[in-house]
Amino acid sequence: MSSKKSWHELEVGVVLPPATSVGYKTGGWRVFRPVWDASQCIHCMICVNYCPDMAIPIEKSEQGAVGKGGRVYKGAVRKETNFDYCKGCGICATECPSKCLTMIREEEAEQASCKL
Amino acid sequence: MPTLQDIALKTDGVDARLVSGHRMCAGCGIPAVVKTVLAASDKPVIVLNATGCLEVTSAVYPFTAWNTPWMHLTFENAAAVAAGVESAYKALKRRGRVEEDINILAVGGDGGTYDIGFQALSGALERRHKFMYLAYDNEGYMNTGNQRSGATPFGASTTTVPAGTASFGKAQWRKNLVEIAAAHRIPYVGQAAVHNTLDLYKKAEKGFKADGPAVLAVLQPCTTNWAYDPALTMQYSKLAVETNFWPLYEVENGVVHINVKPAKRRPVEDFLKGQSRFKHLFKTENQHLIAEMQQMIDDEWTRLVKLEETGVQL
Repeated sequence: MSSKKSWHELEVGVVLPPATSVGYKTGGWRVFRPVWDASQCIHCMICVNYCPDMAIPIEKSEQGAVGKGGRVYKGAVRKETNFDYCKGCGICATECPSKCLTMIREEEAEQASCKL
Repeated sequence: MPTLQDIALKTDGVDARLVSGHRMCAGCGIPAVVKTVLAASDKPVIVLNATGCLEVTSAVYPFTAWNTPWMHLTFENAAAVAAGVESAYKALKRRGRVEEDINILAVGGDGGTYDIGFQALSGALERRHKFMYLAYDNEGYMNTGNQRSGATPFGASTTTVPAGTASFGKAQWRKNLVEIAAAHRIPYVGQAAVHNTLDLYKKAEKGFKADGPAVLAVLQPCTTNWAYDPALTMQYSKLAVETNFWPLYEVENGVVHINVKPAKRRPVEDFLKGQSRFKHLFKTENQHLIAEMQQMIDDEWTRLVKLEETGVQL
């Protein structure tokens, strides 16, 4: 270095805009896919809090969602898994208290969706 | 009293403080730890992240999973930089350049906390900077492929202390980070586990609100190097608590309080079973090691209960 720089003249390091990783889809890692049976769901939010990929979207719902036993669950309700990010670890299916999630092989899900 | 619903609403979506698209292993518990802790802050949070699994997977250039100011640091200096950030913040506040209240969170794995970053952590605690240090503990240097750390438990086989004919794996018991941190006479130290979201959230809340430094050690089973089915991360975390291998307790102003007391302590085998790092312990010639481990766990638990009952200040 030819001349000493003071601290405010130093170059800023690499700075990234926030939350850009949402553009990076990790769903392709999946071997198993969680299949959600909404009619058995009690919207307890255990899977949402455990999901390592934040791949279970929820919403605050005034009218609620119909779940297990035909009951209407109000407050925070979960929706279908976001397969853009779900890596298929299966924590949700293991921990679900009402067993509304089952893991199937990804190719089975693919084949089922391609049936004519 | 927070509910799982409240926490879920704070951690979900692209406006949460940690978002999807990071590259942690399928079944990793770290995101669940970090998102819950971040949700517990009612103020903006600055995150200082030591090198480790979390750092290398959450910010792979040009992507970042962080939606809050975050800084990548080397293994050893997360706590030192947190101290610097806190001092800078105080100076700016004094001059009226910032008005908002903030929280500062330093995060490190067990390698970056128990071993390499330990000196910086101890220094920052001793200087009483107001920040929280979160150690997610997966019991080894898991990012680089399972090397032994100060947090690796007795009997575990790692690449640097492999089990074989001459060795049964790590021969020493682990460090107790909570008690070491409490020895700095800081206002809050907590030990939590990833499966108990509410307990973790409450401890993080207390840590952020503490009048001084706080330390939170959180057990986080590693599906890759403990080598179990990724779906079982929370189950192993639960077993660690139910076997008293990892008691959930806190030290508030020196007073010990045990948060979860298993009604019936399960044998440590239940926790060891199914993990490749402990599979050699189930050979006939190594059975005495399991008994030894059980003895150590029971002794530690008795000691902890005594500390709580007598109310002795740590």
